[in-house]
Amino acid sequence: MSTYPIALEIQNVSKSFNQSTWNPFKRNGATKPVVAVNDISIQVPRGEIFGVLGPNGSGKSTFIRLISTLLVPDTGHVTIFGHDILREERAVQRLINRVSVEAAFFKKLSPLENLMYGARLYGLSGAEARARIEAILKRLDLRADALNRPMEEMSRGMQQKVAIARAFLTAPILLLLDEPTTGLDPRSKREVQSLVRELRDTHAATIVLTTHDMGEADALCDRIAIIDDGRIVALDTPAGLKRLVKANGRAPTLEDVFMQLTGKQLVTEE
Amino acid sequence: MTALTTELRASYGFVERNINIVKRYWAWEVVWLFYSVTNSLAVAYIGPGVGALSTASVDSHFLVLYLIIGTIVWRYLSVIFYWLTDVIGMERWEGTIEYTLMAPITRLTHLAGHTAFAVVYSLSHTAVILGVTAFFFDLDLSKANLIGGTVILLVGSISFIGVGIVGAILPLLFPEKGQQMTHVIISLLLLVSGVYYPVSVLPPALQFFATYSPATYVLEGSRVALLDGAPTLALGQYVLPLLVMGAILVPIGLWLFRAAEQYAKRTGKLKRNG
Repeated sequence: MSTYPIALEIQNVSKSFNQSTWNPFKRNGATKPVVAVNDISIQVPRGEIFGVLGPNGSGKSTFIRLISTLLVPDTGHVTIFGHDILREERAVQRLINRVSVEAAFFKKLSPLENLMYGARLYGLSGAEARARIEAILKRLDLRADALNRPMEEMSRGMQQKVAIARAFLTAPILLLLDEPTTGLDPRSKREVQSLVRELRDTHAATIVLTTHDMGEADALCDRIAIIDDGRIVALDTPAGLKRLVKANGRAPTLEDVFMQLTGKQLVTEE
Repeated sequence: MTALTTELRASYGFVERNINIVKRYWAWEVVWLFYSVTNSLAVAYIGPGVGALSTASVDSHFLVLYLIIGTIVWRYLSVIFYWLTDVIGMERWEGTIEYTLMAPITRLTHLAGHTAFAVVYSLSHTAVILGVTAFFFDLDLSKANLIGGTVILLVGSISFIGVGIVGAILPLLFPEKGQQMTHVIISLLLLVSGVYYPVSVLPPALQFFATYSPATYVLEGSRVALLDGAPTLALGQYVLPLLVMGAILVPIGLWLFRAAEQYAKRTGKLKRNG
Protein backbone atom coordinates (compact mmCIF):
# COMPACT_ATOMS: atom_id res chain seq x y z
CA MET A 1 0.00 0.00 0.00
CA SER A 2 1.23 3.49 -0.85
CA THR A 3 2.62 5.56 2.02
CA TYR A 4 2.62 8.77 -0.01
CA PRO A 5 1.18 11.46 2.29
CA ILE A 6 -0.86 13.30 -0.35
CA ALA A 7 -3.69 11.20 -1.75
CA LEU A 8 -4.87 13.70 -4.34
CA GLU A 9 -3.18 16.77 -5.74
CA ILE A 10 -4.87 18.95 -8.31
CA GLN A 11 -2.90 21.86 -9.77
CA ASN A 12 -4.56 24.56 -11.86
CA VAL A 13 -6.92 22.13 -13.59
CA SER A 14 -9.45 23.43 -16.09
CA LYS A 15 -11.88 21.62 -18.35
CA SER A 16 -14.21 23.02 -21.00
CA PHE A 17 -16.61 21.36 -23.41
CA ASN A 18 -17.68 22.43 -26.87
CA GLN A 19 -21.44 22.14 -27.15
CA SER A 20 -21.94 22.38 -30.93
CA THR A 21 -21.51 19.70 -33.57
CA TRP A 22 -20.96 20.47 -37.22
CA ASN A 23 -24.06 20.23 -39.36
CA PRO A 24 -24.00 21.22 -43.06
CA PHE A 25 -27.73 22.13 -42.90
CA LYS A 26 -27.35 24.60 -40.04
CA ARG A 27 -25.51 27.91 -39.83
CA ASN A 28 -24.96 27.82 -36.10
CA GLY A 29 -21.15 27.58 -36.38
CA ALA A 30 -18.99 27.07 -33.32
CA THR A 31 -20.49 27.99 -29.96
CA LYS A 32 -18.59 29.30 -26.98
CA PRO A 33 -17.07 26.46 -24.92
CA VAL A 34 -18.72 25.76 -21.58
CA VAL A 35 -16.20 25.94 -18.74
CA ALA A 36 -17.02 23.07 -16.35
CA VAL A 37 -13.93 23.25 -14.14
CA ASN A 38 -12.03 26.51 -13.91
CA ASP A 39 -8.46 26.61 -12.58
CA ILE A 40 -8.97 24.38 -9.55
CA SER A 41 -6.10 23.55 -7.21
CA ILE A 42 -6.43 21.40 -4.09
CA GLN A 43 -4.47 18.94 -2.00
CA VAL A 44 -6.19 16.12 -0.15
CA PRO A 45 -4.02 14.39 2.45
CA ARG A 46 -4.17 10.66 2.87
CA GLY A 47 -7.05 9.45 5.08
CA GLU A 48 -9.19 12.57 4.68
CA ILE A 49 -12.88 12.60 3.78
CA PHE A 50 -13.03 15.55 1.41
CA GLY A 51 -16.44 16.93 0.49
CA VAL A 52 -17.38 18.84 -2.64
CA LEU A 53 -20.58 20.86 -2.57
CA GLY A 54 -22.06 22.93 -5.33
CA PRO A 55 -25.27 23.69 -7.19
CA ASN A 56 -26.39 21.50 -10.10
CA GLY A 57 -24.12 22.10 -13.09
CA SER A 58 -21.37 23.64 -10.97
CA GLY A 59 -18.75 21.13 -12.18
CA LYS A 60 -18.79 18.54 -9.37
CA SER A 61 -19.22 15.51 -11.62
CA THR A 62 -16.63 16.79 -14.11
CA PHE A 63 -14.28 17.21 -11.16
CA ILE A 64 -14.85 13.55 -10.17
CA ARG A 65 -14.51 12.35 -13.79
CA LEU A 66 -11.18 14.15 -14.14
CA ILE A 67 -9.82 12.32 -11.11
CA SER A 68 -11.33 9.03 -12.36
CA THR A 69 -9.22 9.14 -15.58
CA LEU A 70 -12.45 9.48 -17.59
CA LEU A 71 -11.66 13.00 -18.76
CA VAL A 72 -8.41 14.60 -19.87
CA PRO A 73 -7.85 18.05 -18.33
CA ASP A 74 -7.35 20.95 -20.77
CA THR A 75 -4.73 22.45 -18.48
CA GLY A 76 -3.06 21.56 -15.20
CA HIS A 77 -2.10 18.30 -13.52
CA VAL A 78 -3.80 15.69 -11.36
CA THR A 79 -1.72 13.25 -9.32
CA ILE A 80 -2.98 10.44 -7.12
CA PHE A 81 -0.54 9.22 -4.49
CA GLY A 82 2.17 10.80 -6.64
CA HIS A 83 1.05 9.14 -9.89
CA ASP A 84 0.11 11.41 -12.77
CA ILE A 85 -3.34 10.47 -14.13
CA LEU A 86 -2.24 10.86 -17.74
CA ARG A 87 1.26 9.39 -17.70
CA GLU A 88 0.54 6.61 -15.19
CA GLU A 89 -3.10 5.93 -15.93
CA ARG A 90 -3.03 2.21 -15.09
CA ALA A 91 -1.26 2.75 -11.73
CA VAL A 92 -3.86 5.39 -10.83
CA GLN A 93 -6.77 3.16 -11.84
CA ARG A 94 -5.52 0.41 -9.53
CA LEU A 95 -5.78 2.80 -6.56
CA ILE A 96 -9.21 4.29 -7.18
CA ASN A 97 -12.84 3.39 -7.61
CA ARG A 98 -15.96 5.45 -8.07
CA VAL A 99 -19.65 5.42 -7.27
CA SER A 100 -21.60 7.66 -9.62
CA VAL A 101 -24.98 9.23 -9.01
CA GLU A 102 -26.63 6.90 -11.50
CA ALA A 103 -26.16 3.23 -10.61
CA ALA A 104 -24.70 2.00 -13.90
CA PHE A 105 -25.16 -1.75 -14.31
CA PHE A 106 -26.05 -4.39 -16.83
CA LYS A 107 -29.73 -4.22 -15.93
CA LYS A 108 -30.63 -7.79 -16.92
CA LEU A 109 -27.75 -9.24 -14.91
CA SER A 110 -28.04 -9.95 -11.21
CA PRO A 111 -26.07 -8.12 -8.51
CA LEU A 112 -23.85 -11.19 -8.20
CA GLU A 113 -23.12 -11.27 -11.95
CA ASN A 114 -22.47 -7.53 -12.06
CA LEU A 115 -20.22 -7.64 -9.01
CA MET A 116 -18.30 -10.66 -10.35
CA TYR A 117 -17.67 -8.71 -13.56
CA GLY A 118 -16.45 -5.72 -11.55
CA ALA A 119 -14.22 -7.92 -9.39
CA ARG A 120 -12.65 -9.67 -12.39
CA LEU A 121 -11.78 -6.31 -13.98
CA TYR A 122 -9.65 -5.63 -10.93
CA GLY A 123 -7.96 -9.05 -11.10
CA LEU A 124 -9.81 -10.85 -8.30
CA SER A 125 -10.24 -14.62 -8.58
CA GLY A 126 -13.76 -16.10 -8.54
CA ALA A 127 -13.48 -17.47 -4.98
CA GLU A 128 -11.91 -14.28 -3.62
CA ALA A 129 -14.56 -12.14 -5.29
CA ARG A 130 -17.46 -14.28 -4.05
CA ALA A 131 -16.23 -14.13 -0.45
CA ARG A 132 -15.83 -10.34 -0.60
CA ILE A 133 -19.20 -9.86 -2.32
CA GLU A 134 -21.02 -11.85 0.37
CA ALA A 135 -19.31 -9.95 3.19
CA ILE A 136 -19.95 -6.50 1.71
CA LEU A 137 -23.57 -7.17 0.78
CA LYS A 138 -24.21 -8.54 4.26
CA ARG A 139 -22.62 -5.41 5.71
CA LEU A 140 -24.89 -3.30 3.48
CA ASP A 141 -27.88 -5.32 4.65
CA LEU A 142 -28.79 -6.44 1.13
CA ARG A 143 -31.13 -9.42 1.20
CA ALA A 144 -29.59 -12.72 0.07
CA ASP A 145 -32.59 -13.54 -2.15
CA ALA A 146 -31.94 -10.35 -4.15
CA LEU A 147 -28.49 -11.51 -5.13
CA ASN A 148 -29.63 -13.48 -8.17
CA ARG A 149 -32.49 -11.32 -9.38
CA PRO A 150 -31.97 -8.96 -12.36
CA MET A 151 -30.87 -5.48 -11.30
CA GLU A 152 -33.81 -3.95 -13.19
CA GLU A 153 -36.20 -5.53 -10.68
CA MET A 154 -34.50 -3.79 -7.74
CA SER A 155 -35.36 -0.42 -6.25
CA ARG A 156 -33.11 2.58 -6.89
CA GLY A 157 -31.88 2.40 -3.31
CA MET A 158 -30.97 -1.29 -3.63
CA GLN A 159 -29.19 -0.63 -6.93
CA GLN A 160 -27.20 2.15 -5.31
CA LYS A 161 -26.17 -0.20 -2.51
CA VAL A 162 -24.86 -2.65 -5.10
CA ALA A 163 -22.97 0.22 -6.78
CA ILE A 164 -21.37 1.03 -3.44
CA ALA A 165 -20.55 -2.64 -2.89
CA ARG A 166 -18.89 -2.75 -6.32
CA ALA A 167 -16.62 0.16 -5.43
CA PHE A 168 -15.76 -1.23 -1.98
CA LEU A 169 -15.08 -4.68 -3.47
CA THR A 170 -11.76 -3.57 -4.94
CA ALA A 171 -10.60 -1.95 -1.66
CA PRO A 172 -9.62 1.38 -3.27
CA ILE A 173 -7.34 3.68 -1.32
CA LEU A 174 -8.96 6.66 -3.01
CA LEU A 175 -12.71 6.33 -3.27
CA LEU A 176 -14.66 8.82 -5.37
CA LEU A 177 -18.28 9.10 -4.33
CA ASP A 178 -20.46 11.20 -6.62
CA GLU A 179 -23.73 11.72 -4.73
CA PRO A 180 -23.69 8.11 -3.47
CA THR A 181 -26.68 8.38 -1.16
CA THR A 182 -29.06 10.10 -3.58
CA GLY A 183 -32.26 8.06 -3.63
CA LEU A 184 -31.52 6.08 -0.49
CA ASP A 185 -33.88 5.94 2.49
CA PRO A 186 -32.60 7.37 5.81
CA ARG A 187 -31.58 3.96 7.17
CA SER A 188 -29.64 3.06 4.01
CA LYS A 189 -28.04 6.50 4.02
CA ARG A 190 -26.76 5.92 7.54
CA GLU A 191 -25.44 2.49 6.61
CA VAL A 192 -23.54 3.92 3.68
CA GLN A 193 -22.18 6.77 5.76
CA SER A 194 -21.04 4.35 8.43
CA LEU A 195 -19.40 2.21 5.76
CA VAL A 196 -17.58 5.25 4.37
CA ARG A 197 -16.19 6.02 7.83
CA GLU A 198 -15.25 2.37 8.31
CA LEU A 199 -13.42 2.30 4.99
CA ARG A 200 -11.41 5.33 6.01
CA ASP A 201 -10.72 4.10 9.55
CA THR A 202 -9.92 0.46 8.87
CA HIS A 203 -8.42 0.63 5.37
CA ALA A 204 -6.82 4.09 5.60
CA ALA A 205 -8.74 5.05 2.48
CA THR A 206 -9.12 8.64 1.32
CA ILE A 207 -12.58 9.64 0.21
CA VAL A 208 -13.74 12.41 -2.10
CA LEU A 209 -17.48 12.90 -1.75
CA THR A 210 -19.88 15.10 -3.68
CA THR A 211 -23.32 15.49 -2.21
CA HIS A 212 -26.37 17.72 -2.03
CA ASP A 213 -27.07 16.49 1.49
CA MET A 214 -25.63 19.18 3.77
CA GLY A 215 -26.16 17.06 6.88
CA GLU A 216 -24.19 14.24 5.31
CA ALA A 217 -21.36 16.57 4.32
CA ASP A 218 -21.30 18.08 7.81
CA ALA A 219 -21.27 14.68 9.52
CA LEU A 220 -18.76 12.94 7.25
CA CYS A 221 -16.30 15.42 5.81
CA ASP A 222 -13.07 16.64 7.37
CA ARG A 223 -12.91 19.49 4.85
CA ILE A 224 -15.34 20.77 2.27
CA ALA A 225 -14.84 22.69 -0.97
CA ILE A 226 -17.76 24.67 -2.31
CA ILE A 227 -17.73 24.90 -6.10
CA ASP A 228 -19.67 27.41 -8.14
CA ASP A 229 -19.32 27.94 -11.91
CA GLY A 230 -16.40 25.51 -11.93
CA ARG A 231 -14.40 27.50 -9.36
CA ILE A 232 -13.74 26.80 -5.70
CA VAL A 233 -15.40 29.65 -3.81
CA ALA A 234 -14.55 28.33 -0.30
CA LEU A 235 -12.52 25.51 1.20
CA ASP A 236 -12.32 24.76 4.89
CA THR A 237 -13.48 22.44 7.65
CA PRO A 238 -17.27 22.41 8.20
CA ALA A 239 -16.75 24.54 11.32
CA GLY A 240 -14.44 26.92 9.43
CA LEU A 241 -16.98 27.33 6.62
CA LYS A 242 -19.74 28.10 9.13
CA ARG A 243 -17.63 30.90 10.57
CA LEU A 244 -17.70 32.58 7.13
CA VAL A 245 -21.39 33.45 7.30
CA LYS A 246 -23.95 34.98 9.62
CA ALA A 247 -27.41 33.49 10.22
CA ASN A 248 -29.55 36.11 12.01
CA GLY A 249 -28.44 35.35 15.53
CA ARG A 250 -28.55 31.54 15.36
CA ALA A 251 -25.64 29.17 14.71
CA PRO A 252 -25.13 28.96 10.94
CA THR A 253 -25.54 25.61 9.20
CA LEU A 254 -23.75 24.30 6.16
CA GLU A 255 -26.90 25.03 4.22
CA ASP A 256 -26.59 28.71 5.18
CA VAL A 257 -22.99 28.65 3.96
CA PHE A 258 -24.02 26.97 0.71
CA MET A 259 -26.88 29.40 0.07
CA GLN A 260 -24.81 32.48 0.78
CA LEU A 261 -21.74 31.43 -1.18
CA THR A 262 -23.65 30.20 -4.20
CA GLY A 263 -26.52 32.70 -3.84
CA LYS A 264 -25.57 34.56 -7.02
CA GLN A 265 -26.70 31.54 -8.98
CA LEU A 266 -30.10 31.43 -7.29
CA VAL A 267 -30.72 35.09 -8.04
CA THR A 268 -29.67 34.61 -11.68
CA GLU A 269 -31.95 31.59 -12.10
CA GLU A 270 -34.91 33.48 -10.63
CA MET B 1 -0.30 -12.13 -8.31
CA THR B 2 1.44 -11.40 -11.59
CA ALA B 3 0.33 -8.72 -14.01
CA LEU B 4 -0.42 -11.46 -16.54
CA THR B 5 -2.78 -13.24 -14.11
CA THR B 6 -4.62 -9.96 -13.49
CA GLU B 7 -5.00 -9.32 -17.20
CA LEU B 8 -6.15 -12.90 -17.87
CA ARG B 9 -8.74 -12.72 -15.10
CA ALA B 10 -9.98 -9.41 -16.46
CA SER B 11 -10.12 -10.83 -19.97
CA TYR B 12 -12.12 -13.79 -18.69
CA GLY B 13 -14.41 -11.28 -16.95
CA PHE B 14 -15.62 -10.10 -20.37
CA VAL B 15 -16.23 -13.68 -21.53
CA GLU B 16 -18.18 -14.51 -18.35
CA ARG B 17 -20.15 -11.25 -18.52
CA ASN B 18 -21.14 -11.86 -22.16
CA ILE B 19 -22.17 -15.46 -21.41
CA ASN B 20 -24.38 -14.13 -18.62
CA ILE B 21 -25.86 -11.51 -20.95
CA VAL B 22 -26.66 -14.16 -23.59
CA LYS B 23 -28.28 -16.34 -20.91
CA ARG B 24 -30.39 -13.47 -19.57
CA TYR B 25 -31.45 -12.40 -23.08
CA TRP B 26 -32.16 -15.99 -24.13
CA ALA B 27 -35.48 -15.12 -25.78
CA TRP B 28 -33.75 -12.56 -27.97
CA GLU B 29 -31.10 -15.16 -28.85
CA VAL B 30 -33.84 -17.58 -30.00
CA VAL B 31 -35.40 -14.86 -32.16
CA TRP B 32 -32.01 -13.91 -33.63
CA LEU B 33 -31.15 -17.54 -34.37
CA PHE B 34 -34.56 -18.13 -35.98
CA TYR B 35 -34.06 -15.04 -38.15
CA SER B 36 -30.55 -16.16 -39.16
CA VAL B 37 -31.69 -19.68 -40.04
CA THR B 38 -34.66 -18.53 -42.15
CA ASN B 39 -32.50 -15.90 -43.83
CA SER B 40 -29.88 -18.48 -44.79
CA LEU B 41 -32.54 -20.89 -46.02
CA ALA B 42 -34.15 -18.16 -48.14
CA VAL B 43 -30.78 -17.43 -49.76
CA ALA B 44 -30.09 -21.14 -50.36
CA TYR B 45 -33.48 -21.61 -52.07
CA ILE B 46 -32.41 -19.12 -54.73
CA GLY B 47 -30.37 -22.06 -56.11
CA PRO B 48 -33.35 -24.32 -56.98
CA GLY B 49 -35.30 -21.16 -57.85
CA VAL B 50 -32.86 -20.16 -60.59
CA GLY B 51 -32.97 -23.73 -61.90
CA ALA B 52 -36.77 -23.57 -62.10
CA LEU B 53 -36.83 -20.16 -63.76
CA SER B 54 -33.99 -20.63 -66.24
CA THR B 55 -34.49 -22.22 -69.63
CA ALA B 56 -30.80 -23.10 -69.82
CA SER B 57 -29.38 -26.03 -67.90
CA VAL B 58 -28.30 -24.93 -64.41
CA ASP B 59 -26.35 -27.04 -61.93
CA SER B 60 -28.69 -26.16 -59.07
CA HIS B 61 -26.86 -28.50 -56.68
CA PHE B 62 -23.65 -26.52 -57.23
CA LEU B 63 -25.57 -23.25 -56.95
CA VAL B 64 -27.18 -24.28 -53.64
CA LEU B 65 -23.82 -25.22 -52.16
CA TYR B 66 -22.28 -21.99 -53.52
CA LEU B 67 -24.98 -19.91 -51.86
CA ILE B 68 -24.91 -21.89 -48.60
CA ILE B 69 -21.15 -21.38 -48.28
CA GLY B 70 -21.72 -17.67 -48.93
CA THR B 71 -24.47 -17.26 -46.38
CA ILE B 72 -22.79 -19.40 -43.70
CA VAL B 73 -19.36 -17.74 -44.04
CA TRP B 74 -20.96 -14.30 -44.14
CA ARG B 75 -23.07 -15.07 -41.08
CA TYR B 76 -19.96 -16.19 -39.20
CA LEU B 77 -17.92 -13.10 -40.14
CA SER B 78 -20.72 -10.60 -39.63
CA VAL B 79 -21.60 -11.97 -36.18
CA ILE B 80 -17.96 -11.47 -35.12
CA PHE B 81 -18.08 -7.97 -36.60
CA TYR B 82 -21.29 -7.02 -34.80
CA TRP B 83 -20.15 -8.35 -31.42
CA LEU B 84 -16.93 -6.36 -31.74
CA THR B 85 -18.56 -3.14 -32.87
CA ASP B 86 -20.99 -3.57 -29.97
CA VAL B 87 -18.14 -3.52 -27.44
CA ILE B 88 -18.87 0.17 -26.80
CA GLY B 89 -22.47 0.28 -27.98
CA MET B 90 -23.73 -2.28 -25.46
CA GLU B 91 -22.04 -0.43 -22.60
CA ARG B 92 -23.44 2.90 -23.74
CA TRP B 93 -26.88 1.30 -23.77
CA GLU B 94 -26.45 -0.04 -20.24
CA GLY B 95 -24.59 3.04 -18.99
CA THR B 96 -21.60 1.02 -17.78
CA ILE B 97 -19.04 2.37 -20.23
CA GLU B 98 -17.31 4.69 -17.75
CA TYR B 99 -17.02 1.93 -15.19
CA THR B 100 -15.39 -0.45 -17.68
CA LEU B 101 -13.06 2.16 -19.16
CA MET B 102 -11.74 3.25 -15.75
CA ALA B 103 -10.75 -0.32 -14.82
CA PRO B 104 -6.97 -0.89 -14.53
CA ILE B 105 -6.62 -3.06 -17.63
CA THR B 106 -5.13 -2.60 -21.06
CA ARG B 107 -7.44 -2.14 -24.01
CA LEU B 108 -5.83 -5.27 -25.49
CA THR B 109 -7.07 -7.29 -22.49
CA HIS B 110 -10.52 -5.74 -22.83
CA LEU B 111 -10.82 -6.46 -26.55
CA ALA B 112 -9.16 -9.90 -26.33
CA GLY B 113 -11.79 -11.14 -23.86
CA HIS B 114 -14.62 -9.66 -25.87
CA THR B 115 -13.19 -11.07 -29.12
CA ALA B 116 -12.66 -14.58 -27.69
CA PHE B 117 -16.31 -14.65 -26.73
CA ALA B 118 -17.36 -13.25 -30.14
CA VAL B 119 -15.48 -15.99 -32.03
CA VAL B 120 -16.89 -18.83 -29.91
CA TYR B 121 -20.40 -17.35 -30.05
CA SER B 122 -20.19 -16.91 -33.81
CA LEU B 123 -18.90 -20.47 -34.31
CA SER B 124 -21.79 -21.89 -32.25
CA HIS B 125 -24.34 -19.67 -33.97
CA THR B 126 -23.03 -20.65 -37.41
CA ALA B 127 -22.94 -24.36 -36.51
CA VAL B 128 -26.66 -24.29 -35.68
CA ILE B 129 -27.47 -22.53 -38.97
CA LEU B 130 -25.34 -25.02 -40.91
CA GLY B 131 -27.02 -27.96 -39.15
CA VAL B 132 -30.54 -26.73 -39.95
CA THR B 133 -29.62 -25.82 -43.55
CA ALA B 134 -28.07 -29.26 -44.09
CA PHE B 135 -31.35 -30.79 -42.90
CA PHE B 136 -33.27 -28.97 -45.67
CA PHE B 137 -30.83 -29.66 -48.50
CA ASP B 138 -29.13 -32.83 -49.63
CA LEU B 139 -25.60 -31.49 -49.40
CA ASP B 140 -22.92 -33.56 -51.09
CA LEU B 141 -19.67 -32.72 -49.31
CA SER B 142 -17.84 -35.88 -50.42
CA LYS B 143 -15.33 -33.80 -52.42
CA ALA B 144 -15.04 -31.05 -49.82
CA ASN B 145 -11.83 -30.32 -47.94
CA LEU B 146 -13.43 -29.57 -44.55
CA ILE B 147 -10.10 -29.00 -42.80
CA GLY B 148 -9.07 -26.48 -45.46
CA GLY B 149 -12.39 -24.68 -45.17
CA THR B 150 -12.04 -24.47 -41.39
CA VAL B 151 -8.47 -23.16 -41.68
CA ILE B 152 -9.63 -20.40 -44.04
CA LEU B 153 -12.49 -19.50 -41.71
CA LEU B 154 -10.25 -19.28 -38.64
CA VAL B 155 -7.49 -17.31 -40.40
CA GLY B 156 -10.16 -15.04 -41.87
CA SER B 157 -11.45 -14.38 -38.35
CA ILE B 158 -8.22 -12.57 -37.47
CA SER B 159 -8.54 -9.98 -40.22
CA PHE B 160 -12.26 -9.59 -39.53
CA ILE B 161 -11.46 -8.98 -35.87
CA GLY B 162 -9.29 -6.10 -37.12
CA VAL B 163 -12.18 -4.76 -39.22
CA GLY B 164 -14.50 -5.12 -36.19
CA ILE B 165 -12.13 -3.19 -33.91
CA VAL B 166 -11.86 -0.40 -36.49
CA GLY B 167 -15.67 -0.33 -36.66
CA ALA B 168 -15.90 -0.24 -32.86
CA ILE B 169 -14.35 3.23 -32.76
CA LEU B 170 -17.44 4.75 -34.42
CA PRO B 171 -19.65 4.47 -31.29
CA LEU B 172 -16.78 6.04 -29.32
CA LEU B 173 -16.54 9.00 -31.69
CA PHE B 174 -20.27 9.44 -32.34
CA PRO B 175 -22.27 8.59 -29.21
CA GLU B 176 -25.71 9.02 -30.77
CA LYS B 177 -25.38 7.32 -34.16
CA GLY B 178 -21.99 5.58 -34.12
CA GLN B 179 -23.50 2.13 -33.70
CA GLN B 180 -25.73 2.60 -36.75
CA MET B 181 -22.75 3.86 -38.78
CA THR B 182 -21.09 0.46 -38.46
CA HIS B 183 -23.76 -0.88 -40.84
CA VAL B 184 -22.08 1.12 -43.61
CA ILE B 185 -18.88 -0.91 -43.20
CA ILE B 186 -20.61 -4.28 -43.17
CA SER B 187 -22.92 -3.45 -46.09
CA LEU B 188 -19.97 -2.29 -48.20
CA LEU B 189 -18.13 -5.53 -47.44
CA LEU B 190 -21.29 -7.49 -48.31
CA LEU B 191 -21.51 -5.70 -51.67
CA VAL B 192 -17.91 -6.11 -52.81
CA SER B 193 -16.78 -9.41 -51.27
CA GLY B 194 -18.70 -11.87 -53.46
CA VAL B 195 -20.93 -13.32 -50.77
CA TYR B 196 -23.68 -14.47 -53.14
CA TYR B 197 -21.98 -14.00 -56.53
CA PRO B 198 -18.46 -14.09 -57.97
CA VAL B 199 -16.53 -10.84 -57.59
CA SER B 200 -15.92 -10.96 -61.37
CA VAL B 201 -19.53 -9.86 -62.09
CA LEU B 202 -18.93 -6.54 -60.33
CA PRO B 203 -17.89 -3.34 -62.15
CA PRO B 204 -14.09 -2.79 -62.13
CA ALA B 205 -14.33 -0.06 -59.46
CA LEU B 206 -16.06 -2.41 -57.02
CA GLN B 207 -13.69 -5.25 -57.92
CA PHE B 208 -10.87 -2.93 -56.85
CA PHE B 209 -12.44 -2.61 -53.39
CA ALA B 210 -12.98 -6.38 -53.28
CA THR B 211 -9.20 -6.83 -53.41
CA TYR B 212 -8.94 -5.10 -50.05
CA SER B 213 -11.81 -6.91 -48.35
CA PRO B 214 -10.72 -9.85 -46.18
CA ALA B 215 -14.16 -11.41 -46.73
CA THR B 216 -13.31 -11.84 -50.44
CA TYR B 217 -10.43 -14.19 -49.58
CA VAL B 218 -12.38 -16.05 -46.89
CA LEU B 219 -15.27 -16.68 -49.30
CA GLU B 220 -13.14 -17.62 -52.31
CA GLY B 221 -10.86 -19.80 -50.19
CA SER B 222 -13.81 -21.55 -48.54
CA ARG B 223 -15.45 -22.22 -51.89
CA VAL B 224 -12.26 -23.57 -53.44
CA ALA B 225 -11.79 -25.87 -50.42
CA LEU B 226 -15.41 -26.99 -50.09
CA LEU B 227 -16.69 -26.96 -53.68
CA ASP B 228 -13.54 -27.97 -55.55
CA GLY B 229 -11.90 -29.91 -52.71
CA ALA B 230 -8.59 -28.07 -53.11
CA PRO B 231 -5.92 -29.44 -50.73
CA THR B 232 -5.10 -27.31 -47.69
CA LEU B 233 -1.57 -26.58 -48.88
CA ALA B 234 -2.97 -25.17 -52.13
CA LEU B 235 -4.92 -22.52 -50.20
CA GLY B 236 -1.87 -20.32 -49.68
CA GLN B 237 -3.06 -17.64 -52.11
CA TYR B 238 -6.04 -17.05 -49.79
CA VAL B 239 -4.36 -17.67 -46.43
CA LEU B 240 -1.42 -15.34 -47.09
CA PRO B 241 -3.45 -12.18 -47.88
CA LEU B 242 -5.66 -12.92 -44.87
CA LEU B 243 -2.64 -13.22 -42.57
CA VAL B 244 -1.15 -9.99 -43.96
CA MET B 245 -4.47 -8.15 -43.56
CA GLY B 246 -4.85 -9.52 -40.01
CA ALA B 247 -1.30 -8.46 -39.14
CA ILE B 248 -2.06 -4.95 -40.37
CA LEU B 249 -5.70 -4.48 -39.33
CA VAL B 250 -5.52 -5.75 -35.73
CA PRO B 251 -2.68 -3.43 -34.58
CA ILE B 252 -4.15 -0.52 -36.56
CA GLY B 253 -7.56 -1.23 -35.01
CA LEU B 254 -6.09 -1.27 -31.51
CA TRP B 255 -4.19 1.95 -32.13
CA LEU B 256 -7.26 3.68 -33.57
CA PHE B 257 -9.41 2.43 -30.68
CA ARG B 258 -6.97 3.84 -28.14
CA ALA B 259 -6.82 7.15 -30.05
CA ALA B 260 -10.64 7.30 -30.20
CA GLU B 261 -10.83 6.61 -26.46
CA GLN B 262 -8.44 9.50 -25.79
CA TYR B 263 -10.51 11.74 -28.07
CA ALA B 264 -13.68 10.76 -26.18
CA LYS B 265 -11.93 11.57 -22.88
CA ARG B 266 -10.80 14.95 -24.20
CA THR B 267 -14.23 15.91 -25.52
CA GLY B 268 -16.36 14.34 -22.78
CA LYS B 269 -18.10 11.89 -25.12
CA LEU B 270 -17.90 8.92 -22.79
CA LYS B 271 -20.67 10.01 -20.48
CA ARG B 272 -23.47 10.41 -23.03
CA ASN B 273 -25.72 7.42 -23.25
CA GLY B 274 -26.73 8.11 -26.84
